[in-house]
Amino acid sequence: MDFDIKYKDFRKEIRDYVEEKIAPHAAEVDREQFYSREIHQAVNDKGWWGSTVPKEYGGLGLSTVEYAIIVEEISRVCGSTGLTFAAHNSLGTFPIYAFGTEEQRKKYLPDGAKGSLIAFGLTEPEAGSDAGGTKSRAEKSNGSYILNGTKCWITSAETCDYAILTARTSDEGGVKGISSFILEKGMEGFSVGKKENKCGCRGSNTAYMHFDDLKVPESQRLGEEGMGFKQFMITLDGGRISIGAMALGLAQAALELALEYSESHIENGKPINRNQGIQFKLADMGTQVEAARLLIYKTAWMKDNKIPYTKYSAMCKLYASEVANFCTATAIQILGLDGISEDYPASRYFRDMKLCEIGEGTSEIQRIVIARELLKDLQK
Amino acid sequence: MNFDLSEDHIMMRDFGREFAAKRLFDIAEEMDAKEYMPDEVIEEAKELGFFGLLAPEEYGGEGIDTLSYALIIEELSKACAGFAIMISVHNSLVMKAIEYFGTDEQKKEYLPKLASGEIIGAYSLSEPGSGTDAGSLKCQAIAEGDHYVFNGTKSWVTSAQRAGIIIVFALTDPEKGPKGISAIIVPAGTEGMSLGAPEKKMGLKCSDTREVSFIDAKVPKANLIGEENHGFKVALSLLDNGRIGVAAQALGIAESAFREAFNYSKERKQFGRPISEFQAIQFKLADMATQIDAAKLLVYRAAVLNDAEGLHSREISMAKLFATEMSNYVVDEAVQIHGGYGYVKEYPVERYFRDARVTEIYEGTSEAQRIVISRNLLKG
Repeated sequence: MDFDIKYKDFRKEIRDYVEEKIAPHAAEVDREQFYSREIHQAVNDKGWWGSTVPKEYGGLGLSTVEYAIIVEEISRVCGSTGLTFAAHNSLGTFPIYAFGTEEQRKKYLPDGAKGSLIAFGLTEPEAGSDAGGTKSRAEKSNGSYILNGTKCWITSAETCDYAILTARTSDEGGVKGISSFILEKGMEGFSVGKKENKCGCRGSNTAYMHFDDLKVPESQRLGEEGMGFKQFMITLDGGRISIGAMALGLAQAALELALEYSESHIENGKPINRNQGIQFKLADMGTQVEAARLLIYKTAWMKDNKIPYTKYSAMCKLYASEVANFCTATAIQILGLDGISEDYPASRYFRDMKLCEIGEGTSEIQRIVIARELLKDLQK
Repeated sequence: MNFDLSEDHIMMRDFGREFAAKRLFDIAEEMDAKEYMPDEVIEEAKELGFFGLLAPEEYGGEGIDTLSYALIIEELSKACAGFAIMISVHNSLVMKAIEYFGTDEQKKEYLPKLASGEIIGAYSLSEPGSGTDAGSLKCQAIAEGDHYVFNGTKSWVTSAQRAGIIIVFALTDPEKGPKGISAIIVPAGTEGMSLGAPEKKMGLKCSDTREVSFIDAKVPKANLIGEENHGFKVALSLLDNGRIGVAAQALGIAESAFREAFNYSKERKQFGRPISEFQAIQFKLADMATQIDAAKLLVYRAAVLNDAEGLHSREISMAKLFATEMSNYVVDEAVQIHGGYGYVKEYPVERYFRDARVTEIYEGTSEAQRIVISRNLLKG
């Protein structure tokens, strides 16, 4: 066991870059609620859209630990970009690499690595935590599928070029009747619906997707028929590491802001951090941030080393997002009214954070996964 | 980055685990009820080397690293936290004080005897009026010819009755306050030294804890550890060692409480099914397991950093604070899952509940840890 921080230089380089290229836009994309092409290009210039795509498909082929550090550092300066980035890598390029045919990989991964965003459509109006309740349909007809249905809460729905989505290919077999497909923008019958006006992550677009007699050849199916549910369970295991890392970045940002503010803000003739009431808040934030970081790195390391990590990914996501809630709320408390002012980023961190406790499985779902895995261990 | 325990570390963990399983688990309940520690268990622990874990090999010790030490304390604490604290004080405070600050003569005289367990060590900093404010002690050790003459009362001395030596912190220059404190080895049986009645504690009942009083007790000047009036520095530099032990102890208690609650929830039936099938119980288990794993990573990291680089007070305080608060949370939930059965001595969670409480108090309260952590954070 070592906790060797050989990533110090790696992190520093990323931090310097995102502070220069992404941080200056963060407040604006949040306020004006738009997707920044400048940020997109800055991420592209580093090749980060292909962080976890293997080099043979045009990506950087980074380890999950390295990828988690990038998500954390981006989210530390801009939660919106962190979310777009995490979704594209963990939910977009990953399943195509993991479950796609060689042709699908060659067709989509190099493009994805160069910044053509890939969205992931799982949730439906009546299928949230109960993802097996998918109602969208894909009827087979003459070597093609005809897709009909609606997906909601799709990250990058407006800005993506491709989307992976799940639909029911059979009413038999419950979750085993679900399959997934790769769609391309511009396909006839594929449209983007209402854009959500969100509390946070406002620089990342979230919208409905509609499929109206959308005809796709069989070659667009991802993996075997009926494997869709299993695929997205595996995909979400990885995705949770990145949402954990995003939460961690926001918590870290909140901690740093609280430290700086408490040093420069004077009350009763002294910096407010000379009061134990403030010091103890800072100590709790610092301790929890470190615990969350270790859970995330451990999970990422397990994934890299092919050790089963379902329980851990739920743990790191659950824990880091609840830590982020605590840290961002506490940062606001330390800043007082400045905390709820747009002059400071505290309220943005807080609003961005809330997504992490809900997206890619609510905290309640994480607890179900953890408990189920624990009880499974007992059977062994 | 690597989260695997090396083979050597697994061996060390199993060494502790085996002793705990064979010698402690079955009698821990009786040791608690009767408030004693059987001589034969102590004798066996001596033979196996538990009293020499941290002593250098040249003095007959095992010379193990901090991570191995934490693993062993964790394993012992899973069975009996009271036994573990005796081993912890003896190793991490008494032997380390002599190793770091003792003269060659002191090392030669005491370390081999301590390492073999021929004599057991005690450590005495607290006084009735001096707890967290450790610089405020009143016990005096005034130089007179070749001797120091002790007058005053020390409190909370672990293993006082069995101890062959007690390292006592006392004022050698009362005018100077914290800068007039020295650390001095006081042998058992010193004339003028008397032991109080055993403290009636709520937990760790098998561990002996007493007041030690001095009336004109004379101790040779040769027993001074380190420089005269520099005792506070000795105490401060040993804090980190002791804290890792307590953090590992809290971790071990929590793991056992979790295991008990977990198994109980599978067996206990209400409303026609095991209570583990209720989400309310599953979510408790999920939270407990997540917190335990986060604490474990903090404790192991603190140990690894301590071995690699030393001087990691912030990380060590974080581990101690987090693990001990986690432990209290976990034992509380373990009792809750047991319902009324958790409140009676038929089930060990009742003992774990009592044993965990002191970990948030000794070797620096949670409040003191928060002071250390926030001070370090603000230093940047």
